[in-house]
Amino acid sequence: MIPIAHYLTVSAILFTTGAIGVLMRRNALIMLMSIELMLNAVNLSFVAYARMLNDVGGHVFVFLSITVAAAEAAVGLAILLTIFRTRETVDVDNLHLLQR
Amino acid sequence: MDVTALLDSTIALLPQMIVLITGLIILTLDLFLTPRSRYLNEVVGLAGLFVALLCTLGTAGAPRQVFMSMAVVDQLGVFFNATFVLIAALTMLLSASYVRREGVSAGEYYALLLFATTGFMFVAAAADLVMVFLAIETLSIATYILAGLLRDEPRSQEAAFKYFILGALSSAFFLYGIATIYGALGSTNLLTLAQTLDRGDVSRLLLMGMGLLIVGLGFKVAIVPFHMWVPDVYEGAPTAVTAFMTAGPKAAAFAAFLRVFFQGFAASPMAHKWIPIFAVLAALTMILGNFVAIAQKSVKRMLAYSSIAHAGYAFVALVAHNDLGASSVLYYLVAYTLMSLGAFTVLMVVARHEEQPYAFDDYAGLGTTHPLLAAVMALFMFALAGFPPTAGFAGKFYVFSAAVQAGHYVLALIGVLTSVVSVVYYARVVMLMYMHEPHGAAPIPHLAPTTKLVLGVTALGILYMGIFPGGVLRLAERSVQFLF
Repeated sequence: MIPIAHYLTVSAILFTTGAIGVLMRRNALIMLMSIELMLNAVNLSFVAYARMLNDVGGHVFVFLSITVAAAEAAVGLAILLTIFRTRETVDVDNLHLLQR
Repeated sequence: MDVTALLDSTIALLPQMIVLITGLIILTLDLFLTPRSRYLNEVVGLAGLFVALLCTLGTAGAPRQVFMSMAVVDQLGVFFNATFVLIAALTMLLSASYVRREGVSAGEYYALLLFATTGFMFVAAAADLVMVFLAIETLSIATYILAGLLRDEPRSQEAAFKYFILGALSSAFFLYGIATIYGALGSTNLLTLAQTLDRGDVSRLLLMGMGLLIVGLGFKVAIVPFHMWVPDVYEGAPTAVTAFMTAGPKAAAFAAFLRVFFQGFAASPMAHKWIPIFAVLAALTMILGNFVAIAQKSVKRMLAYSSIAHAGYAFVALVAHNDLGASSVLYYLVAYTLMSLGAFTVLMVVARHEEQPYAFDDYAGLGTTHPLLAAVMALFMFALAGFPPTAGFAGKFYVFSAAVQAGHYVLALIGVLTSVVSVVYYARVVMLMYMHEPHGAAPIPHLAPTTKLVLGVTALGILYMGIFPGGVLRLAERSVQFLF
């Protein structure tokens, strides 16, 4: 059997990859995907801990967090769509009206 | 969970349910309204909020957990619910003329406002970390959309996008924190956590989880160094929404801080770990917020930095971690709500239209052209700067006394000194209004009665809370009694 620590390590690696993706990538769609990656990394560790603790709670939380992630992605894509309609690009380097 | 328990739990959370249902009603009602009957949106919304307020006052009593220990009904929740209803009602009133002026679709706007308010109220009622997360997501998703409500306005789109990306990032951190704490202690219920922590020592895994929670919530409160989204988002979002955002989500995040750290992590081995972190964050926030605000060229952006600074002051009270600290957070949040909503209402009126750059020059000579408006704005500026006899002074006084009581002299000193610095940029607006000639801009159109009502309520509220601070403070003290 694979020990819990392995799952947690994978989860931490995925989470870090996602966080770096959000901060480094300039394409808004890829930033959105990176956030999904982070949330799914958390889901993985929830399930791993639930297995370790023999507790159903952790499994249930995953369902809740998947639902939230879906709602968030819907709103995020809608915002991206409005941006694409006016600027015809989703490159975040073009979002600089508010900086000085 | 049997039917009676379900029914009982539902009744205990009736205020939240009422606000949510009111939002749904407005969403449907708006389809049948003509431009002339559009005012019914506001009427229904305010009526719903009023009923929710009555219900929440009716639920006051001994703390009890409902919905299988997911939510809790207690005095703290009642105080926050009342504050959130106040915020929502004032925002609705100040938006009434704004929505017509900018051509925002009113039904969606008010419905989202109420959905966000439902989220705030659920944060205050959360008894479980997962519940805190779900409630924060509810309010955040509604606010992302509100920030981008002016769909064709590039600045509003940009604000919504930045808010969304950083908000989602912070949610991921928060969720990871919950998972880690769940792994370390085997539970996410805040009261169970408090009991477990009272017995055992603090593991590294638990500390990591706590750190992630601080990052996640820090983004929502906009504490330095998690504040970088605030100036852009507050500047780009529609002004009425910005007003709402400075008051609502901020107060809700402080409610989450109180629930998680004062109720869940209050045991002293844990408190010794988070108090120093909070102290550093509070000091950084006060210093950066106030100094950067001086350099701003737009009043809206200046108020954004001012809101960062005020979050820092309220954070000082969390550092104190005593009963005066907890009650002064509540007092400060109510005071800041009134000051900020009032100031943004004036901003909205003076800017005339959303495309305006919100320049300081707009205020030149306002004292001669619109004496009453200028007087109210001056009051808001003095209150934000912390002059007596305003609520801003009383709030800072309680916050810094709490810090001194807990022995955090340096933090209190930083707070007082940065307050002095803040006078520079608040006084600039007042000086422009009274000591400069008007530069012949088009006159400000007559104020709508709803706008006048907001200005009246906030101004009188600030004076009342400043001259008789005892009333609200006693209520706040009663609300946090059970924490200590």
